[in-house]
Amino acid sequence: MVSTRRRVLECMGWAGAGLVWTVNGGVAEAARLGAGGRPKTPVTPFTFVQVSDSHIGFNKAPNPDARATFREAVAKIRALPEQPAFILHTGDVSQLSKPAEFDDADQILKEAGAPVFHVPGEHDMLDEGQGRAFLDRYGQGTLGDGWRSFDARGVHFVGLVNVKDLQAGGMGHLGEAQLAWLKQDLAGLSSSTPLVVYTHIPLWTIYADWGWGTDDSLQALALMRRFGSVTVLNGHVHQIIAKVEGHIAFQTARSTAFPQPAPGQAAAPGPLKIPAGQLRDALGVRTLTVRPGAHPLALADTTLAV
Amino acid sequence: MLSSSLRRAAPALFAISAAAAIGGPAPAATPATVTIGNFTFGPAALTVPTGTTVTWINADDTPHTVVAGETHAFRSKALDTDERFSFTFNRPGTYAYFCSLHPHMIGKIVVKAP
Repeated sequence: MVSTRRRVLECMGWAGAGLVWTVNGGVAEAARLGAGGRPKTPVTPFTFVQVSDSHIGFNKAPNPDARATFREAVAKIRALPEQPAFILHTGDVSQLSKPAEFDDADQILKEAGAPVFHVPGEHDMLDEGQGRAFLDRYGQGTLGDGWRSFDARGVHFVGLVNVKDLQAGGMGHLGEAQLAWLKQDLAGLSSSTPLVVYTHIPLWTIYADWGWGTDDSLQALALMRRFGSVTVLNGHVHQIIAKVEGHIAFQTARSTAFPQPAPGQAAAPGPLKIPAGQLRDALGVRTLTVRPGAHPLALADTTLAV
Repeated sequence: MLSSSLRRAAPALFAISAAAAIGGPAPAATPATVTIGNFTFGPAALTVPTGTTVTWINADDTPHTVVAGETHAFRSKALDTDERFSFTFNRPGTYAYFCSLHPHMIGKIVVKAP
């Protein structure tokens, strides 16, 4: 993996300058002065926002107007004391992949005034082209079926697509091509680079009977385990569920449209029909704060009720 | 080619019943229904004679699809609440299918020669 040139530089660094120990992104590492390799941008503080499962077009119990609650979610973002650098939308923008649903979602989210990075949910794959409409609209700068990575102030962000070409009897699916890309994408990164991975369906199996997991997620997680700080953000389940596994913090987010039952606590997933007065307690947006050396990322989940 | 199967079925049924009235071949197979509810196909396995038109009705608040597996025999568009999809099974065989949004939802139609 490490080039001969880099090894030489490392040895020279060791010989000439000794070690500097730093703790960054949860990893204590000995940085060899003068070492080569990919230069690492220091982490500088910033915030970003996650919204999920806006389901624009949904109009049944318990939410007769998913557009209205999405507008309220955007108002919450605008009211934040520190404006986010960008917004991650973790899928199910639309209910049925209709152009008017995407149009309205865009119109509403534009009001937040920040760049938005999207990954699709299964509801966004329902056009004739099975996801073509979503990709045409949001896929600029992405690869394959819409996956991408980017760096922001020392943090590496990876958007994964796990709703494409789902197989009978399975759950979410990343696929060989995406996994190969991910391996390549992460290969050059220092283990102290904080990672934020965002996707629609959870990357750990929350509840297999309801398909709340991703068939080949272990292959993706194996590539991430060496990193000192990994935050995995997703939607799909319309409720907050968190799990920590080593240095990987899994965080599912609320929807802005409707809640779903807790895993196994109903005959099936789907909209949870709560009284109108309780709806906004179950919907919300998430703010994440990046601080140098802090893992996990600081999360603040705000409901639409407050 | 798939969405029009109900419309195509109507004149066919008429023709067959007319044939039956003059002592022709056996009457058309009785149509069958699969109800989609609580993220399941009910019944999950259905056996029908050749020529049967099966109609899936989505009774859930969540959209679903009906997509044939290895046979690739049929693929519905997204069915919103109360929407339906029909397919006429003219060849014997086992047709496994699933919902492409929620692939843990699986079912099969077994078509037997009468």
